[in-house]
Amino acid sequence: MKYVNAPVRKKDAMALVTGQPVYTDDLAPADCLIVKVLRSPHAHALIREIRTDAAQKVPGVACIFTWQDVPNKRFTYAGQTYPEPSPYDRLILDRRVRYVGDPVAIVAGEDEVCVDRALKLIKVTYDVLEPVLDFRKAKDNPILVHPEDDWKTLCQVGADNRRNLCASGKDAKGDVDAVLAECPYVVEETYHTKANQQAMMETFRAFSYKDVYGRLNVVASTQITFHVRRILSHALDIPKSKIRVVKPRIGGGFGAKQTSVAEVFPAFVTWKTGKPAKMVFTREESQIASSPRHEMEITVRLGADQGGRIRAIDVHTLSNTGAYGEHGPTTVGLSGHKSIPLYSRADAFRFTYDVVYTNVMSAGAYRGYGATQGIFAVESAVNELAARMHMDPAHLRQINMTREGDVMPAYYGETANSCHLEGCLTKAKEMFGWEEKFPSKDMGNGKVRGVGMALAMQGSSISNVDTASVSIKVNDDGFYSLMIGASDMGTGCDTILAQMVADCMDCDMENIAVYGVDTDTSPYDSGSYASSTTYLTGMAVVKTCETLRTRIVKEGAKILKCAPEEAEFDGKGVHCLADPSRFVTLKDLANEAMCANDNALFATESHYSPVSPPPFMVGMAEVEVDLETGKTELLDYVAVVDCGTVVNPNLARVQTEGGLVQGIGMALYEDVVYSSQGKDYSNSFMQYKLPTRLDIGTIRVAFDSSYEPTGPFGAKSIGEIVINTPSPAIADAIYHATGKRFRSLPITPERIVMEEGR
Amino acid sequence: MTIKFWLNGKLTEDTIAADTLLLDYLRTKRCYSVKRGCETANCGLCTVLLEEKPVLSCSTLAARVNGKHVTTLEGLQAEAEEFGAFLADQGAEQCGFCNPGFIMNVLAMMRERKDPTEEEIREYLAGNLCRCSGFVGQERAIQAYLTWKREGESV
Repeated sequence: MKYVNAPVRKKDAMALVTGQPVYTDDLAPADCLIVKVLRSPHAHALIREIRTDAAQKVPGVACIFTWQDVPNKRFTYAGQTYPEPSPYDRLILDRRVRYVGDPVAIVAGEDEVCVDRALKLIKVTYDVLEPVLDFRKAKDNPILVHPEDDWKTLCQVGADNRRNLCASGKDAKGDVDAVLAECPYVVEETYHTKANQQAMMETFRAFSYKDVYGRLNVVASTQITFHVRRILSHALDIPKSKIRVVKPRIGGGFGAKQTSVAEVFPAFVTWKTGKPAKMVFTREESQIASSPRHEMEITVRLGADQGGRIRAIDVHTLSNTGAYGEHGPTTVGLSGHKSIPLYSRADAFRFTYDVVYTNVMSAGAYRGYGATQGIFAVESAVNELAARMHMDPAHLRQINMTREGDVMPAYYGETANSCHLEGCLTKAKEMFGWEEKFPSKDMGNGKVRGVGMALAMQGSSISNVDTASVSIKVNDDGFYSLMIGASDMGTGCDTILAQMVADCMDCDMENIAVYGVDTDTSPYDSGSYASSTTYLTGMAVVKTCETLRTRIVKEGAKILKCAPEEAEFDGKGVHCLADPSRFVTLKDLANEAMCANDNALFATESHYSPVSPPPFMVGMAEVEVDLETGKTELLDYVAVVDCGTVVNPNLARVQTEGGLVQGIGMALYEDVVYSSQGKDYSNSFMQYKLPTRLDIGTIRVAFDSSYEPTGPFGAKSIGEIVINTPSPAIADAIYHATGKRFRSLPITPERIVMEEGR
Repeated sequence: MTIKFWLNGKLTEDTIAADTLLLDYLRTKRCYSVKRGCETANCGLCTVLLEEKPVLSCSTLAARVNGKHVTTLEGLQAEAEEFGAFLADQGAEQCGFCNPGFIMNVLAMMRERKDPTEEEIREYLAGNLCRCSGFVGQERAIQAYLTWKREGESV
C-alpha cells in the first residue's frame, strides 16, 4: 500500500478524541508553583518604585521578582533562526513598561489564591509617560518606545530605535513611476488590516522543573522547541547546555506559539528556586499580552494598459510591530514579496516598507505572516482595477496571473516551477458557478447577493535559512523509530512525515513509531512555521530514508555474504540481486544487528532549500447583504488549492477549511480594538468574536495539484496560504452587493450601513 | 464544605472550598479531558454532563453537583471512541484541544435527538468553538456517524 496521497488517520487521533491527558497542563507536576505576572495598567511608563514586602508575606508565596532581579541582557521572544532578524529589545522584566499588559513583576506561589492575593499587594509607583498609539505617527516621533542604549539588532534590517523604526527596506525592478505614467488605468488606494488574534483553543503555557542533573527542563506548548532553548538561554543568561525543552501535544498555534510568550516566566522561577513551576495564560492574557498579527496599512498603485495587462505594481507597507519587534522585520517582507509575484509578468514593481514601534502589545507571527495583509491590499486593488475597467475580475486574472515557468522578480527572482493557478481558477469558476453569479443578484426582499474572488500564494519554508532534520532507527524485529524536530501542533505533521517514511521504506504505517520533540534527543529542526514542515522536513525524511536503506542493505549483504552493490532492500528484507532466494528478512536482520554489530542501523539527514516554492490558490465568495441592517451572510465559499502533491487529502482539506474560516473571521468579525489610552478592549471571546459554525455558510474545497520538483513526492506547503483569500474576496463580494468599497477590516454590518465606502 | 456526588458513576465524597468551579475541581480528580478555553463561557471546551444534560463546568460551582451525577469524557470512553473514530476519519480532530467538550455535546445531542437535521446540529453545537477545523470536517464526521447509526451500525 502507498500512503502518500492517502487519507490516513492521524497517529494521535484516538488519544485526542478520547480526551487523554497529553497537553502541557495535563502533564505538569501537581505540586508545582503557580506563576503569574503583574501587568502594567499604563501604555508607557517608568517604574519609579516597586514594593513587594506586603506581598511577600502572603502565606504560600514562594518568590516575587521585579526588574531589579532579572538579567540585564536584551533578547527577543521571536522564534527564528539565529541570528534573529527581530531586534533584541526585551528584558524578562523592564523598568520601562511599553504597553498595557507589559509584565511588571513575577509572582510564584503554592496556589492561585495566594498568588492572586500577592499580586494585589504589590505597590508600584509609575512615572506615567505619553504613549505612541497611532502607528501612522510613530516614525520619527519625539516619544521613543525604545530609547535605551542596549537595544540592538543582529541583522541589517533597516532598524533605528532612535526613530521608532523596527525595520525598513526596499526592493524594486524597473522604473515603476515611468511605467505607471504610461498606464491609462491606475488604481491607487490604501488598505488597512488590523491586528488579529490566533485564538488557538489552548492558551500560552509552559511548566518547568530541574532534573536529576540539575538541568532546567521546560515542557512548553510551542511551535519552536529548539528556538525556545536558545531564547531561554539568552533570557536567563545561562548556558544552553543547561536547558532541555520538550513539546507535548499542542492545542493549536497558528503562529502564536512561534513566539515564546509564556516560557521565560516559569523557567526563571524554577532556575531561581529550584522548584517546579507552571504558567498558564488566561484567555484574557492571551488576548492582551500575546503575539497577534501585525496591523498594516498598505498603499498600492497598480497600472494597466487598455487591454487590462497589469504593467506596474507599487506597494508601500507601514507595519505596526507594537511594543517589541518580534517578527516585525520579516512579516512585512511578505506583504510585498508574496503578493506582487501573483502578477509576475508586470514590467516593473517596487516594494517599500517601514515597521514601527508603538505602545500596544507586540505583534508576532500569525498564519500568512504578512502575506495575508499584502494579498488583501493587492488583490483588492486588482478587483478595483477590474471594476474600473468594467471587466470580470476572473478574466483580469486570466490575463495577468503567474503561470508555470514564469520568473517572479518580486519573489527573489525565483521561477514558478510548479504552478496550477490557471487550473485552480478554471476549477473554482466551475464549482462556484462564477459566470452565472457574477457580479450580483437582487433578491427582491431588501437583500442583495454579491460575489468576489482573490488569488493567493505563500512560500514553502524560508529559503536558505530553515533547516529540517529527522532521525530514523531500526529497532528489534525491524520496526522504525522516527524522531522529529518539527512541532506537530495539531496539523498532523507527525503523521504525514510517517506516511512519507512508510512509502520510502516500503512498510506499513504501523511499523513506524513517531517521537517529537525533545531538544535532548530530536535532531535539530528550526520548527513548525513558515509553511516549512511538509516541504522541508518531508525532504529530510526522503534523504534520511535513502541513507537508512543503504545501511540496511549493507547489513543484509553482510549476513548474505554478498557485496552491498549486489543486494537490494524491498521493505521486507534484503536479497541478493543474482539469487533472490538468498534472502534475509528485516526482522531477522534487525535482531541480528543487536549482536556483535558495528553498523548502526540509524540515519539522520538535514535539509534546507535554496528556493521556497509557492503554493497557489483561488478563493471565491458569495455573500448576501441585508441593505437595511448591513447584516452579511456568507453563503458559499469555494477554494481550489495547488499545494503540489497532496500528502494527506483529509488533513490538507481540513487545513484549508480551518484557514478559510480564520480568514472569514478576519474579513467580517475579528478586531483588536484599543481605547484612546492604549487599553485592549478585545480581551475576551465576548469582545473578540470568532466565527462559529453558524457564521460560515457552505465551504467547498478542491485541489488542483502541480508537481514541485524540489519537494518530497512533489509536495509544497498548505498551512498558511489558506487564510489569504477570504478578506479580498469577501470585500469584493460586498462591493458587488452594495456598491460600497471597504478598504479596511473587519467589514461589519454597522460599517456597511453607516459608512460611505467610496 | 462537603460534597457527595457520582463522578462517572462512582460515588465520590470531598471537602472543597465553596467557590471551587466544577472545571477546576474535576481536573483535580484527574478528569483531564475537561479543558478551559476561555473565562467567559464562550468556547464550550469544558462541557460535561450534569444529570445527563450538558453544562459548562467553568460556570458551574462544584457545590452544585452535590447529590447529582456528573459525567466527563473519562466516563464515556466507549462512546468517545465510537464517535471519535468518525472525527479521526475526517482528520477533523486536529489539535484535539476542543474535542472533549465538543464530543460531550455531540453525545448529549444524540441522546436528545436521534436524527437531527443539519440546522439543528449547527444550532446545538454553536457554542463549541474550534479554531483548527473550520467546523466543516466536524460536521462531515457527524453526518457520517448519523448515516452509520441509521444503517444499523454496520461496518
